[in-house]
Amino acid sequence: MSHTDVERPDAGSSEVSAGEALLVEPSRLSPTRRALTTVLRSRELSIFLVLVAVVVLATSKNNSFLFSADGWRNFLLNPSILLLLAVGQAVVIITRNVDLSVGSVMALTAYLTGRLFIDQPGIPVVAVIAACLALGAVLGLVNGVLVAYGNVPALVITLGTLYIYRGIMLTWAGSDRINAGDLPSGFLSLGTQTFLTIPLLTIVAIVVLAAVGYYLHTARGGRELYAIGSDPDAAVLYGLSVRRRLLAAFVLSGALAGLAGALYTARYGTVSSNVGLGIELQAVAAAVIGGIAIFGGSGTVWGAAIGAFLLVTINRALPSLGIEDFWQRAVVGVLILGAIVLDRVLATRQARRLAESRDHA
Amino acid sequence: MSTSTSTGAGTAAPARTYDAYSAPLWRRLLLTRETAVIALTAAVILYSIANVPNFDGPLTLKFLLQDIAPILLIALPMTLVIITGEIDLSVASIMGLSSVLLGVLHENGMSVSAAAMLALLAGLACGALNGFLIAYVGLPSLAVTIGTLALFRGIAVGLLGTKAITDFTEKWTDLATDTIGETQVPLVMIPFAVLAVGFVVLLHFSTFGRGVYDIGLNDEAAHFTGVDVARTKLVLFVLSGVVSALAGIYFTLRFGSARGDNATGYELQVIAAVLLGGVSIFGGRGRLHGVLAGVVLIGVISSALRLESVTVNVTNIIVGLLLVASVILPNVLAATSSRFSRKPAAPPEPRPHQDAAPAGVGTTKGSDS
Repeated sequence: MSHTDVERPDAGSSEVSAGEALLVEPSRLSPTRRALTTVLRSRELSIFLVLVAVVVLATSKNNSFLFSADGWRNFLLNPSILLLLAVGQAVVIITRNVDLSVGSVMALTAYLTGRLFIDQPGIPVVAVIAACLALGAVLGLVNGVLVAYGNVPALVITLGTLYIYRGIMLTWAGSDRINAGDLPSGFLSLGTQTFLTIPLLTIVAIVVLAAVGYYLHTARGGRELYAIGSDPDAAVLYGLSVRRRLLAAFVLSGALAGLAGALYTARYGTVSSNVGLGIELQAVAAAVIGGIAIFGGSGTVWGAAIGAFLLVTINRALPSLGIEDFWQRAVVGVLILGAIVLDRVLATRQARRLAESRDHA
Repeated sequence: MSTSTSTGAGTAAPARTYDAYSAPLWRRLLLTRETAVIALTAAVILYSIANVPNFDGPLTLKFLLQDIAPILLIALPMTLVIITGEIDLSVASIMGLSSVLLGVLHENGMSVSAAAMLALLAGLACGALNGFLIAYVGLPSLAVTIGTLALFRGIAVGLLGTKAITDFTEKWTDLATDTIGETQVPLVMIPFAVLAVGFVVLLHFSTFGRGVYDIGLNDEAAHFTGVDVARTKLVLFVLSGVVSALAGIYFTLRFGSARGDNATGYELQVIAAVLLGGVSIFGGRGRLHGVLAGVVLIGVISSALRLESVTVNVTNIIVGLLLVASVILPNVLAATSSRFSRKPAAPPEPRPHQDAAPAGVGTTKGSDS
């Protein structure tokens, strides 16, 4: 959806057909046509259609998959937490980094949520969520500082903090676990409350998604994230404040993981030692399926969000389709491989088309 | 060996190469990442023997070696893979898949040895799929192996569900836990050590190994000097698959239990050990003796802390801190020493981003419109 390709002023004389002109000069088309072609050509649409197909298939086998109060609620509610993580992950991957520590950050804030309610009876829910956001942001800041100032790739740093944060959480928690009984019912109801049949958690996730998506698409800071991911050295030479942007991306990812931890506790009511174990790979997978190139510079958070929906929905759909849900991960693996192969094919085709239209001009 | 040390370790960071050559021999030998890791490992071992009760007890060595054996095995091909600038996240899933295949085939009446052969073949096929997609289709290895991590684990869990198969013949489970004579060294360490020597020869004393470093430093240049880049990568991923399957078989027989979720999360442990041992994630730099020390270091820390009845959590924190410190410290030291020395400042280390994505160049363009 986002055009990172620079328009060439000298290209595209009037003889160039509409299809070729579109590739080099989208701005020559009317806004409506441009919006339409952007949507039709987007990676997000293809993954969205896969999601629709899965939902239609599962619903045709079992009506209550979507058309029951529970089915509808689960469809929206289950992906919300992964969606938050995938949005944060997407922003980090766009800068050509990765944040493997999100699962551990989520575990820490999930435990913090329970701890606060136990140790400070009567603490307002808003304060707890703010504390989780703050803790997540601080943990993200640590990642960001190490990555931006240590000259070390994010993969190594966040692999290290994945262990450190998880270790801190487990040491802090010791052998006790948080149960639903420890939590105020007002907080737990947050996890199930709905507004116009839409679960509150989903609304939170969608609001975050819209805000981050809008920022990435339009704001200067957002566009700079793409620039940094496309060519980090060029971004430095151009004078972008690369370090500050990287810090911001990691802080956002950490804060969203912190929020996800609070919401996790609200949704499930229990916090054990394996909260969020391995979810970092799911978040990366959602982003990859959603069309975010693992080496930065392209993709949208909308895609990552649809990817998160697809991952979670497939898991629930398989039993309705008569397949044991043990096979869910295999299906997810095939999807990821399919998505990156498709990426490759589209990229090659586009490169060829661009070369052709350049030669014609 | 020492000449290839300098070239292997030096070419990635030109700033250090010149220093390394002009420095006296003792400095060249002592001031490498590998030496630091080995020294640290030795220090931790000595400290544990002196201070941790029962660390020098008869069973510690046996359990220590049994615990690190699978990580040690997979770290061998992983080192080569990372030196070429790629990564393999699917190793633990291949372990799980080979474990399940071993169990299912044996349950259906096949002998353990025949089932193990087929499990190894499956590992070879898994590695070939990774290698084909990465080397010949040109896809980024991080993305491919996240996909096959899910795929291979999915097949393993799909085949067996949450069941566990435990009725292996005692002959085989005993073989996995037997020790050599009166010592406490597990019998399987002999073939594993032979394999390790094989990898040392392959990486440090063969043309193939030279090519592995060349690819990590600059794969285009490697191509023009006659290295078959694609074939080398394919071979490495196949090796990684086969060795992971072997580790999976060992894991299964040692615990006498084949499960779909066996060894979940091992990939991160292996990668942590390899990076701790001084292998650069950008490729082109690293040595196997450092990696072996890294694996042993993590194993000794875990085992000593367990004897002190410190929980596994503290181990996690320590491993994480070691990993972060080991990659940050050299940069900090280089920055400080160039600030305080009277010599002209050394050129900066290659920026992380430059070499991070050799395979991704083609895929990043235009895929978002």
